[in-house]
Amino acid sequence: MKLDARIPAGPLEKKWSSHKSNIRLVSPANKRNIDIVVIGTGLAGSSAAASLAEMGYRVKAFCFQDSPRRAHSIAAQGGINAAKNYQNDGDSTYRLFYDTIKGGDYRSREANVYRLAEVSANIIDQCVAQGVPFARDYGGLLDNRSFGGVQVSRTFYAKGQTGQQLLLGAYSALNRQIGKGNVKMYNRHEMMDIVVEDGKARGIIARNLATGEIERHGAHAVLLASGGYGNVFFLSTNAMGSNGSAAWKAHRRGALMANPCFTQIHPTCIPQSGEYQSKLTLMSESLRNDGRIWVPKNKKDAEAIRAGQMKPTDIKEEDRDYYLERRYPSFGNLVPRDVASRAAKERCDEGYGVNATGQAVYLDFSSAIERYGKTEANQMGLENPSREKIIELGEKVVEAKYGNLFEMYQKIKDVNPYKSPMMIYPAVHYTMGGIWVDYNLMTNIPGLYALGEANFSDHGANRLGASALMQGLADGYFVAPYTVGDYLADEIRTGDIDINSDAFVQTEKDVVERIDKLINNKGTKTVDHYHRALGKIMWDKCGMARNAEGLKEAIVEIQALREEFWKEVNVPGRKDMYNPELDKAGRVADFLELGELMCLDALTREESCGGHFREEHQTEEGEAMRDDKNFAFASCWKYTGEPSKAELIKEELTFENVELKTRSYK
Amino acid sequence: MTQSTPYFCAANIQYCLPTKKLNIIMATKSAILGSSLAKKYWMALTGLFLSVFLVVHLAGNLVLLMGEAGRDNFNAYAEFMTTFPVIKITSYLLYASILFHAIDGFLLTIQNRKARPVKYHYEKPSANSGWASRNMAFLGTIVLLFIVGHMATFWWRMKFGELPMANGYKDLYTVVETYFTTASTAWLHVLIYVVAMIAIGFHLWHGFQSAFQSLGVNHPKYTPVIKKVGQIFAVAIPALFAIIPVYMFLFF
Amino acid sequence: MNLTLKIWRQNGPDDKGHMETYPVSDVNPEMSFLEMIDVLNEKLIAEGKEPVAFDHDCREGICGMCSMFINGEAHGPGKRITTCQLHMRSFNDGETVIIEPWRAAAFPVIKDLVVDRGAFDRIQQAGGYVSVNTSGNTIDANAIPVPKRDADRAFDAATCIGCGACVASCKNSSAMLFVSAKVSQFALLPQGKVEAKDRVRKMVKQMDLEGFGNCTNTGACEAECPVGISLENIARMNREYMGASLSSPD
Repeated sequence: MKLDARIPAGPLEKKWSSHKSNIRLVSPANKRNIDIVVIGTGLAGSSAAASLAEMGYRVKAFCFQDSPRRAHSIAAQGGINAAKNYQNDGDSTYRLFYDTIKGGDYRSREANVYRLAEVSANIIDQCVAQGVPFARDYGGLLDNRSFGGVQVSRTFYAKGQTGQQLLLGAYSALNRQIGKGNVKMYNRHEMMDIVVEDGKARGIIARNLATGEIERHGAHAVLLASGGYGNVFFLSTNAMGSNGSAAWKAHRRGALMANPCFTQIHPTCIPQSGEYQSKLTLMSESLRNDGRIWVPKNKKDAEAIRAGQMKPTDIKEEDRDYYLERRYPSFGNLVPRDVASRAAKERCDEGYGVNATGQAVYLDFSSAIERYGKTEANQMGLENPSREKIIELGEKVVEAKYGNLFEMYQKIKDVNPYKSPMMIYPAVHYTMGGIWVDYNLMTNIPGLYALGEANFSDHGANRLGASALMQGLADGYFVAPYTVGDYLADEIRTGDIDINSDAFVQTEKDVVERIDKLINNKGTKTVDHYHRALGKIMWDKCGMARNAEGLKEAIVEIQALREEFWKEVNVPGRKDMYNPELDKAGRVADFLELGELMCLDALTREESCGGHFREEHQTEEGEAMRDDKNFAFASCWKYTGEPSKAELIKEELTFENVELKTRSYK
Repeated sequence: MTQSTPYFCAANIQYCLPTKKLNIIMATKSAILGSSLAKKYWMALTGLFLSVFLVVHLAGNLVLLMGEAGRDNFNAYAEFMTTFPVIKITSYLLYASILFHAIDGFLLTIQNRKARPVKYHYEKPSANSGWASRNMAFLGTIVLLFIVGHMATFWWRMKFGELPMANGYKDLYTVVETYFTTASTAWLHVLIYVVAMIAIGFHLWHGFQSAFQSLGVNHPKYTPVIKKVGQIFAVAIPALFAIIPVYMFLFF
Repeated sequence: MNLTLKIWRQNGPDDKGHMETYPVSDVNPEMSFLEMIDVLNEKLIAEGKEPVAFDHDCREGICGMCSMFINGEAHGPGKRITTCQLHMRSFNDGETVIIEPWRAAAFPVIKDLVVDRGAFDRIQQAGGYVSVNTSGNTIDANAIPVPKRDADRAFDAATCIGCGACVASCKNSSAMLFVSAKVSQFALLPQGKVEAKDRVRKMVKQMDLEGFGNCTNTGACEAECPVGISLENIARMNREYMGASLSSPD
């Protein structure tokens, strides 16, 4: 099988505009006869559904939540990047493109990333026109802030709720089209499978989660905007319902999964507090601007803290190990996400971790509080201020900067983070890997598209902060609505899709059989039991650091777990009514296959790059070693019946506009 | 299997039908009662108008505290109020307001009850709202019953009944005096009046500032002032009203 | 710690429903309220009973999916939090905890603690948007300056998570706080002003059709709102609607 990414010819900066000018179109009269199904209503899904409906297509949108507004894009905190150069600090489309390629450790496609940077400015214009209340300065113009690993201020934000505001903007555009009758919205519906007929995507089988009813929906094109699969790790910052099932179903029907092992692990999350834990909460990356990360220098102290005999404030300055500042003196606490996460894991593995579980490090603001307090006292002209006064003033400054995050921490942990350092630990946050797509965002199944986090295209091996929102909206508002026309131009004579065809009947039969199997199994263990067990294998062996031996073990363990799942799982209730346990069971069953493929992908990628760190491929100081000579490609996997026997197809990545360099933060 | 319509739209329409019908009838047949918001505007406007009336009414009543010396003044005031053309017209507006305020309140209450057909097993409303604000319908009913009784006792007799004359005026003063001092059930009359004034007080405590909110007046600078004024109004006016029968009962 | 849970069980929209009592033991005070329900559900499944159905998703207070009426209050005791942010340390050992679904005619129960909040979506579909196409060919984002105070107030209104706690807490099941938040967001911004009059009339009409009750200004909605949407928004909507109705030709 030969992969064609269909990247337009011509210079990088002309590719998208010339492609748009030459792409085939569908006339308005024909658009009215074409059905498009959109799966998921996050930033990518909502914006795509709204835009396509506006253009005149008949759109059906599906989400498993009770409303399209609940999609997990809503939880994004920090902001959205755009090369507007409002701050006049030298930003440009090229610079945003370059930062994204470099941040992705040179494992993404140049043409796609450049297009992303190119349309980024339109996103801001569009959102403002829709009434998204971005932060503004006193002159009434838009404000920007800086974000991890870049040298310009190009991040637009709405306090710590940028994702919410952007999603509600896209949701309002979607609502407008639903109100007009151009989009038919299916809430509490889950896509159960894709119907492929004569090699083309022709629709989906969906299940109404509220009634258990199985439905067939024909479509000339199916867009997957179903998000990432971080929940394969059980504990992640994803929502409880976030799942990889739509993508996995597409994979089983022939769509390629690309770079599934590229997972972003975010260093600043609130650590797990017990076995009952259901999810992890992210603390914004911005905290690392002022917080210092440390663990005790002596194992004895760490043990005492774990046993509850000592408090962090009891440990003297000279007995603390500020390990990021020690290892990376030039970047210190502000090293990129992947580096910071691995360093925390290394300390905890060595036995220096704090928290009862030993899986946490401290994020300490005491020196920032003192520093700000002194500056503040100087500005107020106080002579010889008392220590208490300095702390009081400093706390006020810290509160103004990070107040809402400190409040969130206190709500969850019931510890005052102004007085005692916060405990943090890395957690799974985002998946760069996903369904393989060409330049048009179409998968290798004609008529099937993947948008947003569900595809693999733009972030390579590591995503930069504030870029996920940008990609979701770029794909949904500005890319897919144009590129689907190129394929649909051939579909104008197809007519309505026959949902009683053999392909629909057979696919529905497969879906029903699987549901019956789950519900009638009546085993001994809950779905969560298996999800937790899978998460543990994935986290231990395919998490922040991986090695060949562990990955091989993981594959065997996951296979055994999957076998046991199908024998022993217990799904209570009925299939013909609202039954969240059944929904969950289907998703976990897919994770049990996806996890195996992720391990296989990690095993074959014999290099360290971005979020993928192979212990065999590191420098003497423990830094990642990329292998551009042998691994400058995207690993695309073709399903063959067994995840670990998937066939590898390589898409070679060529870099004509950037020079490949080693990232160093020493 | 078919491409069915989303299930919950259908379920919801079925579920909401009675209320929906009610709303459609209201929206189409009566522009004046229109939407839920229009109902609130009328509630607020009539309420504020009635509040103004309370002040005028109180001003006349306070004359009673002068005792015998105020007899003629009070009687003259009563005659003026029942005969002067401008006041007469205003009074019809007043009766209409009372009726409208009561009927509108009644309709709102019915709709509000319909909006929650299944009640909570356990509620802790004190955690989020004041007692008066949650009991406006109950308080309003007490006030309405009081107004009916009050009008039967004094207004009806003044307008249509046989009254003794004093210095050329119908002697309403004596009627009032008898009612609160010498009648065998005077203590009960006083008690009823005091209880009714307490009800009015609570009704105003919420109603005064609520009217402004309903009419769209809410401003960080002015709303605290409105609330304060409303609270003073809600305490002072009913208290002064209530003092009159108590004072007469004790000292006349 | 040990608790007694009294939970509303209703097997589908047509079932009458009833309260049922479940003892739970060894509750860790560090657990979130939903994790405590998770533990209960695992136990129920192990005993061959049906787990309690409840809505939840992000578990960090932003998606607006979780919706429980706990001990007489929407999202339970504690202000400015959603149910998923409520932790068990807010309860005492031996306490009885009463858990019910949101109650409103416009929010019919689907199962147990799960209700259908589709009415909220339909109100937004009636007019909760700015009629601008998604072409990206709009004017530059900085072409219209917006006073910071207006932008901030529009943002505050826009932070509504659509959970429905306002309706659940209101003794009249009124949706005024929810509707007014969206009306206010757009009424405060120049982009939204163009069709502000149409918007408020359409949204209020839909709100009335859905069968929500009337606002009697008790303030319960504001007090229980997990993100602190202000009553000022309701007043603004009252103003907007009055102006729109008086000036409309029909």
